Amino acid sequence: MMFAPAPFLLKDASVSQVMTQVCLALVPGIAAYAWLVGPAILVQLVIASLAAVAAEAAMLKLRGKPLAMFLADGSAIVTAWLIALTFPPLAPWWLVVTGTVFAIVVAKHLYGGLGQNPFNPAMVAFAVCIVSFPALMSQWPSVGLKMPLLEQLDIILGLMPRADALTGATPLDAMKTALKLGDGQIDVAQLLANQDIYGNFAGRGWEWVAAGYLLGGLWLWQRKLITWHAPFAFIAAIVAISGGLWLYRPDAFASPLFHLLSGGTLLGAFFIVTDPVSGCTTPRGKLIFGFSAGLLAYIIRVFGGYPDGVAFAVLLMNLSAPLIDQLTQPRIFGMKGKQP
Amino acid sequence: MTRDEFTTIAGNGLWKQNTALAQLLGLCPLLAVSTNIVNGVMLSLATIIVMALANVAVAMLRNLIPHEIRIPVFILIVAALVTVVDLLFNAQLHELYVVLGIFIPLIVTNCIVLARVEAFAAKNPPLNATVDGIFMGLGLLWTLAVLGAMRELLGSGTLFGGIDMVFPGLAPIQVLPESYPGFLLGLLPPGAFILLGCMIAWKNWMDARAAERARRQAPPPVAPAEAAGV
Repeated sequence: MMFAPAPFLLKDASVSQVMTQVCLALVPGIAAYAWLVGPAILVQLVIASLAAVAAEAAMLKLRGKPLAMFLADGSAIVTAWLIALTFPPLAPWWLVVTGTVFAIVVAKHLYGGLGQNPFNPAMVAFAVCIVSFPALMSQWPSVGLKMPLLEQLDIILGLMPRADALTGATPLDAMKTALKLGDGQIDVAQLLANQDIYGNFAGRGWEWVAAGYLLGGLWLWQRKLITWHAPFAFIAAIVAISGGLWLYRPDAFASPLFHLLSGGTLLGAFFIVTDPVSGCTTPRGKLIFGFSAGLLAYIIRVFGGYPDGVAFAVLLMNLSAPLIDQLTQPRIFGMKGKQP
Repeated sequence: MTRDEFTTIAGNGLWKQNTALAQLLGLCPLLAVSTNIVNGVMLSLATIIVMALANVAVAMLRNLIPHEIRIPVFILIVAALVTVVDLLFNAQLHELYVVLGIFIPLIVTNCIVLARVEAFAAKNPPLNATVDGIFMGLGLLWTLAVLGAMRELLGSGTLFGGIDMVFPGLAPIQVLPESYPGFLLGLLPPGAFILLGCMIAWKNWMDARAAERARRQAPPPVAPAEAAGV
């Protein structure tokens, strides 16, 4: 059964080619990330990739599928990288392994494997872990923390006690908590003046990681691996709602630029809401999907209890994607009126 | 009641028509109280008492109850029995009663009880109905015990948490090391759904395997010529 609307004549791209290019597109973001927090993120990427490949191989064997063909397609690696990039870089190794194995085993293979999963596996992993281990999932390394590789490795492997001084909330989370504690006495401009946490536009250093994702995302768009609809609508929704609230009360709500460059906004916009399997496939559907996900992400991150809302927003919209697709089927050329 | 009847009824209750794994009835209490073994087993025991007594009462009265108003009559009988069990738990196991809370009175509306009364007790003699009630309850009991054990182990790394509410002096068993961080999802409703889904898949897999084995072991059809002894 064909789910995607016309045009049906596409460039012949294999899954592994697409996945390799997605990985390549993540490289600028990863480079900025590694420059910011040190080699810990690279260690997490390796751990997540190994766990993903092992879980994938085990599930393929259990399900009696050809091992080599599915392992080589690289989809497990993309999931693993997205998980490693959304988890705190100094998280213990088993946290990343738990998330990755859950994503591959439950969110991907129990639903039927590549192309059958209704939810984005990486976001399932994030949601499961932040619900199950909220403390560990909100400890992010303080920026400017210079730590040699061996020490970071010790923390990840649990050989060294996790000192609280090393870690803190994300800039997004810190802003929310400070505003809540300040209870109207404190305004956004005062908070942003704290150059330990915040940089020129958003979180200090993190803004450049976000810029790296933007670069990779634009390259994916230029290569025609993703269309502009979902990322554009996602970003537009966040700009619209954050801009509206910011114009209404600039002292209580951060600017749209802050929200664009904080948390998972740009990673989500280009690498997660564009997921061809769990997202929408029709052009109008993609717009609706991206816009609603953006609105939900903003609402959850600003008014909710979790550090960021992108994962929950995407999962909620994944649920609605089949319905949106069904309601937005494009008109077939030459036909009049509504098609069944 | 013949031996065959007993085996059929018991097998249906424990495995083939297991209320949780095959009929998927009464999932609300099942998922809400199966956070550990003790809660799951104790609620199942309460359900067993109610089901056995309700089945025997309905089976004895089955020829006297007018068909048109049978459901209200069944509910009245079940409600009276649940009140007895509710008061019993409150008096004897008060701490557990507080933990299980609303789910004891809710046995009245538990569709497992009404389903057995309507589908079995109303059409069978009292002895068969009692056996059916007990074994349907035992089927629920082992399912809840296994589900509760898995959720407890995943969520907190212990087994038999809260056992001191039933047997004072006993302590829960710490299975995993103290430093186990606790996979909270196991204790939350999504974990219950996922694990129950895994158990149903396991049952279907066992059934499929058994069917496959039975098919293979069936004696091959004998060719007419051979049968004739040529």
